[in-house]
Amino acid sequence: MTAEADADTASLRREIARARRRGWMRFLKRLFSHRSFQVGFALFSVIVLLALFADLVAPYDPNRNDYRNLLAPPSMLHPFGTDGFGRDIFSRVIHGTRISLGIGISVVVMTGLFGVVLGMLAGYVRWLDNALMRLMDGLMAFPGVLLAIALAAALGPSALNAVIALTITFTPRTARIVRSSVLVIRELPYVEAALAVGAGHARIIVRYILANALSPLIVQLTFVFAVSILAEAILSFLGVGPPPPAPSLGNIIAEGRSYLQDASWIAFFPGMAIAAAVLGLNLMGDGLRDVTDPRLASQRGAG
Amino acid sequence: MIGFLARRLLSALPVLLVVSLVSFVIIAIVPGDVTAEIAGADSTEAQRAEIRERLGLDKPMVEQALRWYGRLLQGDLGQSYLLNRPVTEAVLERLPVTLSLAGLALVMAVALGVLLGILAAIRHGTWLDQGSMSLALFGLSIPDFWFGLILIVVFSVQLGWLPTGGYVPASESIVGWARSMTLPALALAITQMGVVARMTRASMLEVMGEDYIRTARAKGMRRHVVIFKHALRNALIPIVTVVGVMTGVLLGGAVVIESVFSLPGVGRLIIGAIQRRDYPIIQGGLLITAATFVFVNILVDLAYGWLDPRVRNDG
Repeated sequence: MTAEADADTASLRREIARARRRGWMRFLKRLFSHRSFQVGFALFSVIVLLALFADLVAPYDPNRNDYRNLLAPPSMLHPFGTDGFGRDIFSRVIHGTRISLGIGISVVVMTGLFGVVLGMLAGYVRWLDNALMRLMDGLMAFPGVLLAIALAAALGPSALNAVIALTITFTPRTARIVRSSVLVIRELPYVEAALAVGAGHARIIVRYILANALSPLIVQLTFVFAVSILAEAILSFLGVGPPPPAPSLGNIIAEGRSYLQDASWIAFFPGMAIAAAVLGLNLMGDGLRDVTDPRLASQRGAG
Repeated sequence: MIGFLARRLLSALPVLLVVSLVSFVIIAIVPGDVTAEIAGADSTEAQRAEIRERLGLDKPMVEQALRWYGRLLQGDLGQSYLLNRPVTEAVLERLPVTLSLAGLALVMAVALGVLLGILAAIRHGTWLDQGSMSLALFGLSIPDFWFGLILIVVFSVQLGWLPTGGYVPASESIVGWARSMTLPALALAITQMGVVARMTRASMLEVMGEDYIRTARAKGMRRHVVIFKHALRNALIPIVTVVGVMTGVLLGGAVVIESVFSLPGVGRLIIGAIQRRDYPIIQGGLLITAATFVFVNILVDLAYGWLDPRVRNDG
């Protein structure tokens, strides 16, 4: 009797797992047949690969000086030219992209973590909601990247502090998105059903609420990734990001600023690298949003 | 309307409280001895003690906060270390430059963005649609300060049409002012132009599918009249709602653009203060810019409530 019941549960489990896999495959298939996602994914993959294998791809040491080749324009030897110290811009841009992507992904992970925890608390624990959301509103009242600039300036210029400053800046909006998903989902019949059959809070939060709040969160985090790359460039351009000689993309642009007249390639190429990475992420985000939100998908690439 | 205004002002209070607390905390999070940071590494202990006392850093945190709030309520944000003048005065003096830069950028972003969005919507599915949307996406993806540098290279260095930077007050010469503001405002506008273009296109396409548009067309009204008189008017409502958010992004972005184009705004004041570790200026600049943004948002809400009566009766 119990053996039979166990066998039943086991086969049911297998069935559920299979259905879940099928759902995933269908989702991925739809995602990868979305044109802007395809383009964005291809573009971003190339950039990630270049950054991952920076040491192999970069033809020179990004900090090596070559005093016979100062301010050399782009050529076969130096595809993006050289700077005032004779450093190879191409190598610096590739290493800089690695720094930007590293900071970007760290901000995404931290923002995701804090956004989920704070959003869940606000959405699930009634008495915390008001206080937490007023705090988030207050943080969002600082216009644009200004808060990140001031925080990074106070903490001191480093990659870690840039991550902290950007996480504090981008967490409020993410927490708000998680909270609004939670508020909708917690009223749905299946949550009530789960409560009725005796599921605990932890189980409800993870298996029922978080699992279903995931898609707007992932879309948001894709855009957080894009915006962090832009914001990190601003921080290092202003001298409150990872300090030189680290070849962060913003640092290279800041150095190129003094040579705009004679060697505009120094500032030009790192900017293009930022634009390419951000464009790839934006395209992927657009695709993800269209595929996960059927209401928007009907508008065909809207908003 | 009065009730709506009162509710809106009240809801701004907790926001301002958080804003002021964060601004206060900025000095507290400076790692190590803040007075050594200010006075420099080769300062004597006596110099540091003097700064500590002048800033009230020798008092307990709660007392510091109370004193800070006491003075804040009187509009006193302390003294700048290096400018030797009150922070409030220094920041307020530079606020008009920042506000006019952000305002001009807002006008450019909305005008260009709406134009691109309409173009894309009425030529839906053609190369014009794709072209405008690619342009919008590109605008969204490039760093605005870098775009500013590119504009300098093209329009100032190569063509010599506009100055590379510097500021001419409008009171001195209106042409000079326009010349000094064109490139910075354009650089600042590019990202938000992309946002507006995408929103306009989406909401135009949605509105153009509505019944009343089909009715207007069916009764024989010309296409362009329907597009501009019926569709565009309704399609622009969502744009008004994001003006507040856009103003914030532009105010924040102005900080960087000002230092690219050497404009004497709040942003450049803050950046200069960061380099010289003039923390009261950073603190005050942050606070006043955020308060301005809160105030602008209230104005936008009022405008929106005036345009759409449903909003002001809603909670």
